[in-house]
Amino acid sequence: MSNQQMNSKLENQDYPVKISWFALTWRPILARAYPRMIGVRRQPSWVFHEAILPILSVAAFAYVYRAMNAPESYIGFVILGGAMTAFWLNVLWSMSAQLYWERSSGNLELFIMSPSSMMTILAGMALGGMILTSIRALVIVTAGILLFGVVLQPISWWLFLLAFLLTLLALYGMGMMFASIFLMWGREAWHLVNLLQEPVYLLSGMNFPLQVFPTLVATLAAIIPLTIGMDSMRQILFATPGFWPLGFELIFLTILVILFIYLAYRFLRYLEDKSRQEGKLTIKWQ
Amino acid sequence: MQNAIKTENLTRTYQRSKKSSKKSSKKKWDNSQPQELVALGGVDLNIHSGELFGLLGPNGAGKTTLIKILTTLLAPTSGKAFVDGLDVVTQAREIRPRINIVSGGESCGYGVLNVEENLWLFSQIYGIPTSIAQERIQQMLEIVGLQDKARTRVSQLSTGQRQKMNFCRGFITDPKILFLDEPTLGLDVNAARSIRQFVRDWLREKPGRTLLLTTHYMMEAEELCDRLAIIDHGKLLTCGTPNELKQTLQQFPQFQLVIELGNVDQLNISTIPGVKEYRLTPLQENPDSRSASMPVNSVQPIFSCHLTLAEEAVIGQIVQAIVSAQGKILQLQKHQPTLEDAFVQLVGHRLESGEQGS
Ligand SMILES: Nc1ncnc2c1ncn2[C@@H]1O[C@H](COP(=O)(O)OP(=O)(O)OP(=O)(O)O)[C@@H](O)[C@H]1O
Ligand SMILES: [Mg+2]
Repeated sequence: MSNQQMNSKLENQDYPVKISWFALTWRPILARAYPRMIGVRRQPSWVFHEAILPILSVAAFAYVYRAMNAPESYIGFVILGGAMTAFWLNVLWSMSAQLYWERSSGNLELFIMSPSSMMTILAGMALGGMILTSIRALVIVTAGILLFGVVLQPISWWLFLLAFLLTLLALYGMGMMFASIFLMWGREAWHLVNLLQEPVYLLSGMNFPLQVFPTLVATLAAIIPLTIGMDSMRQILFATPGFWPLGFELIFLTILVILFIYLAYRFLRYLEDKSRQEGKLTIKWQ
Repeated sequence: MQNAIKTENLTRTYQRSKKSSKKSSKKKWDNSQPQELVALGGVDLNIHSGELFGLLGPNGAGKTTLIKILTTLLAPTSGKAFVDGLDVVTQAREIRPRINIVSGGESCGYGVLNVEENLWLFSQIYGIPTSIAQERIQQMLEIVGLQDKARTRVSQLSTGQRQKMNFCRGFITDPKILFLDEPTLGLDVNAARSIRQFVRDWLREKPGRTLLLTTHYMMEAEELCDRLAIIDHGKLLTCGTPNELKQTLQQFPQFQLVIELGNVDQLNISTIPGVKEYRLTPLQENPDSRSASMPVNSVQPIFSCHLTLAEEAVIGQIVQAIVSAQGKILQLQKHQPTLEDAFVQLVGHRLESGEQGS
C-alpha cells in the first residue's frame, strides 16, 4: 500500500535529507504568509473591517476637506493617505506584536528550532500582511476614484510602482525590526506602538502636505518611511512639489529598506542568543 | 556504536526571577535563598544511535531543560552537549534539520487554520516539498486516528486531539533524532497505546533513528525504552535497561509463599544453603486476610512465608523442605519489582536527603 511505498521512499534517503537554501527560504515565507491571509478572511467580520470601515474613515476626511473648500488635490492626498495608513496600521498592530504572540503560543520555539531562518518567518508575516492590506488599500483607492472622482495621472506608472514598493518594503522592514524589539521588551513595547500611532497621523503628512510643518519636525517624521514614501508617491501621482527632490527620496527609501532589514536581522540574532542564555525563548508567560 | 546524543558535565542554572531578588535585597540579611537555581547539575549521558532512550524524573527534575538544550533552544551554562556528533552551541544550524520535538500540552499552531494546514505549515519551515508533506500528513493522521478532523480548525479541537496533531508534527519532517517530552499527555488509553506502538515501529523502520522520551508513566517507559535514566534535582541518579534498573533495587530473587503447616518446628528452611532471608508469619490469626482461594475448612494453621534467595533454583529445595515437613503449599509467587518501585526508591531517598540538606 501507500504505507509501504512511503517507507521504501524513506529508506532510500540519507540522513539528513539535503534541503536547498532556496527551498528553506521561499517555503517558510509562503507558509508563514498563509495564515495571515487566510486567517483574516475566515473571521466573519473581515468585510466590515477590511472594506467598509476604511471607506468610511476616508470618506469622512474627504467631506471635511470639501466643506473647507480645500484644493481638489487634497482629496487625492486623503485617498492615498488612507490607503497607505492601512499598511502602517497593519505594521504597527499586527506585525509588531506577532513574534511576541508566537512565543506565547509556543510557535516561536518551533520556528527557532527549525532549519529555516527567523528572517524568513518575519518576511512571511510581512508578506501576508502586505497582501492582506493591499486588499484594503485597493478598496480605499477604488472608492476614492468612484466616490470622489479623484484623478490619478502619475508622471510614470513604473516610477509610481517603484515608490510604492520601496515604501512598502521600508514599512515592513521597520515592522520586522519592531517585531524583534517587541519580543525583547515584551509588554513595554505596547507603549511604543501607542506612542507611534497618534503622531504618525499628523507627522507623516497623511492627510495634508508635509510642508505645512516646520522642517525639523518633518525631518524627524521622515525616519518613519511612510512619510517619505508618501511624499514621493504624491509627487509622482499629483505632480505636486515635494519635501525633497523625488530622486533623493527614492534613494533615501532604499537606504531605509536596507537599514531596517539589517537591523531586524541584528536584533533577532541578538535576541535569540540572549534568550537562549536566559532561558526566555520558550517562556509561555511574562 | 556512534552516540546520537552525548552530554559532558552538562550544567544549566537559571537566575531567580527579578521580583524575588528585589525582595531579598530589601532584607539583606536574608541569604537563605540562593540566587541561582540549578536545573541541571553536571549530567553525563550517552545515548546510542538507534536507541529509544527514556528520561524519568519527578516534576522539576530537569528533563525538559535537558531537552531544550539538546534542541538548541537553551544554552548550557557549562559543560558540553552533542547531538549527532554536533555541538549544540557552535553547530546549532547543522543540528536543526536533523531533529524535531513533540511536547505534551503544547499549544502550537494557528487557530484559524485546520489540522492539515497547520501540519503543512510546520513542514514548510523544514523546506519539505508540499507533495511529500501531504503524503506524510495523511499517513500520520491515519496513525493517530485524526483523519476525520483533518479539515477541522485547530481552535475547535479537544486537548487530546490537539496533542495528536502535535505528535504528527514531529514525525512529518522525518527527523533523525526525535525528542518526545511527555508525548502521551492527555491522550486516552487507546490513543496512547497505538502511539506507543507507532513509536516503536518508527524507530526500527529506518536505522539511524534515535528517540529520546520523557514520561511520567512508568508502564510506558518500561514498555518502550531500550534504556532509561532517572534524574532528580538536575542529577543523573542511574542509567540502564529497565531490567537493570529493577535489579539495582532487588539483587536477589524474592518469593512469597502461603503454606499450611501443622508443626512449625519440623520445617527447617533457614539452614538450607542459598537462603538469604527467611520470614514466617502466621496468617490464621487474621481470618479476614485470607484470600478466597484458601480452603475455609482448613484445620491446620496457615503461614505466609517471605524468602530472599541467592539463586532462583534454591526454591526447589524449599518446596521439598515444606513437603517433607507435611506442609501444603497454597500459593507460590515470585516477587517482581516494578520500575515504579525502583523509581520511588531512588527518587524517594533523594527527596528525603534533599530536605535534610536545606
Ligand atoms: N525558564 C525558566 N526560568 C527559570 N527557571 C526555570 C525555567 N525553566 C525551568 N526552570 C526550573 O528548572 C527546574 C527544572 O525544570 P524542568 O522543566 O526541566 O523540569 P521537568 O523535569 O521537565 O519537570 P516536569 O516533569 O514537571 O515537566 C525547575 O525547578 C524549574 O522551576
Ligand atoms: Mg517537563
